[in-house]
Amino acid sequence: MADNVIEARGLLKVYGATRAVDAIDIDIRRGEIFGLLGPNGAGKTTTILMMLGLTETSGGKVSVLGFDPVRQPLQVKRRVGYLPDAVGFYDHMTARENLTYTARLLAIPRREATGRIMEAMKSVALDDVIDKRVSTYSRGMRQRLGIAEIVMKRAEVAILDEPTSGLDPHATFELLEMIRGLKRAGVAVLLSSHLLDRVQSVCDRVALFNKGKIALMGTVVELANQVLGAGHPLLVEASGIDVATALRGIEGVQQVVSAGEGGWRVVADRDVRATVAQRIVSSGGALTKLSDLQPSLEEVYTHYFEGERRAA
Amino acid sequence: MQREGSPFTGLGPVFIKELSDHLTSIRMLVLTLFVIVFGAFPVASSLQTLRTVVGADAYLYLRIFTIEPEQVPISFITALNFIIPLMAIGLGFDSVNSEFNRRTLSRVLSQPIYRDALLLGKFLGGLMTLAVGLLALWLIVFGAGLLLLGIPPRGVEVARAFGFLLVAIAYGGVWLSISMLFSVIFRSTATSALCALGMWLFFFILWPMIANAIVLGFAPREITSVDQYVGIQEFAIAIQRLSPGTLFSEALLGLLNPETRTLGFMLPTQMRGAIPNAPLPLDQSLLLIWPQVTGLIAGMIVVFAAAYVVFQREEVRA
Repeated sequence: MADNVIEARGLLKVYGATRAVDAIDIDIRRGEIFGLLGPNGAGKTTTILMMLGLTETSGGKVSVLGFDPVRQPLQVKRRVGYLPDAVGFYDHMTARENLTYTARLLAIPRREATGRIMEAMKSVALDDVIDKRVSTYSRGMRQRLGIAEIVMKRAEVAILDEPTSGLDPHATFELLEMIRGLKRAGVAVLLSSHLLDRVQSVCDRVALFNKGKIALMGTVVELANQVLGAGHPLLVEASGIDVATALRGIEGVQQVVSAGEGGWRVVADRDVRATVAQRIVSSGGALTKLSDLQPSLEEVYTHYFEGERRAA
Repeated sequence: MQREGSPFTGLGPVFIKELSDHLTSIRMLVLTLFVIVFGAFPVASSLQTLRTVVGADAYLYLRIFTIEPEQVPISFITALNFIIPLMAIGLGFDSVNSEFNRRTLSRVLSQPIYRDALLLGKFLGGLMTLAVGLLALWLIVFGAGLLLLGIPPRGVEVARAFGFLLVAIAYGGVWLSISMLFSVIFRSTATSALCALGMWLFFFILWPMIANAIVLGFAPREITSVDQYVGIQEFAIAIQRLSPGTLFSEALLGLLNPETRTLGFMLPTQMRGAIPNAPLPLDQSLLLIWPQVTGLIAGMIVVFAAAYVVFQREEVRA
């Protein structure tokens, strides 16, 4: 399959008696942003490390760009960029020196490296501080430097572990913009995160990890349909009437529950906004808000894990 | 399972980076100062003593290294026996765990290199730094000798002294690999430094006593024959030789005191026919110390291999 950059089949990692990663199957397609989501300790980082050949697999198969990370780690690592969780650089060296060292490890010819480093630093807007020591960099700048390293490497796949953790909202926004930039450059991006709303805005597809297994996988809308049920959720705010009674009997409405503070959550199997508005106004209520609820990943996540907890 | 690609991919860049890190670090400056202070003192005093001694000595330059001057009760090589481990520990105790703590390890290992190259590059970088430092010290000693004694060294003296330099580097290598082993085992740099220094103190202070106790424990209450006595003595020496410091000082004894005929136990009957105080030719001295040198190099490789095995099994995630 030429359009898959990463393929894992029955990937397994066992630490003692616990299965950190329990026989998962994943396909990452060329040019997409794929999110690995899940609570800490669900096996996201272990999966990433196995894909890079940085930790041994206990079973199963994984192929990255057609190479086996266990047997051909150098081939894999030459083509895949990795930004670890809370990436570190040599503090006593400047950003340029740090990237030069990486370029040497990659065996990029010196003359070419100089240009590539400058280009990469420009792409993450750090070119004005390229000769400052990394010890003066903020956390966000370090993460960006990590992205610059991947850009300089001209990686075909970028694997980012918790790229936005510990960043302020502005820095997060900038970093996600840069991740989109990677995608525009044709790089397949695999990122792990627990910042759900942020992830939702960049990811084409996501996989929800739970106890070493992939609980759910697909686009955000697909997951929402799977977990929250198919349909169009609406948020209705009205005063003066009991919304639940007013909406009774509308064709297609499956559920009306109070969402607190005069708001109601309405789930229907089709778009019922027009009828809902009509019914509320005709029953004498003042309609203050009627909005289509986008399924949010946060909701999917919370709902799913609540269900898990209840089942347990 | 067979992995593809050379384990030495990327060795060069790692080596060069480590070397430049060491040479430009403040720690290196401190260590150099330390060595100069500790080394210059015995050398200056032995030169002082040598100038007052009148009489022909065929190995005048080697005496700079070996004599115990009156003012300072240690010779230059005794001082080195002490300082080299400290230098090596100073260079190696945080080589791997600091990469962990700075969180650079997983990023570096995600570049196309094997862990082999990283560890070996770090070791060679440290060894090279050590070699540069010792070479500088060696040249200073010779230069001071030229200035203060006023006669040039003979070729054989230079050759023996050069052998001394190589042995000193090998000795430093043993301690460098010991400190790197601890830096692989312990995540905390302080623990690793403490363990390496503890090992150093153990071999210098405790080991001779422990060796003694072991020998006393094994020795029969009454010694009835010469063979038995020789056996006990040789056992004692063998235990002593487990300490790299012993191997180092024995090798230097053979190299820098050409009169040395044996490094072990010798019966007077074996001395029959020997001309007292007649120096051995260089090749015979080299033969004499060969087991010691081999022992040092083997020790270095064994400890490095242990560090390698531990490092290969280590998880990279912080």
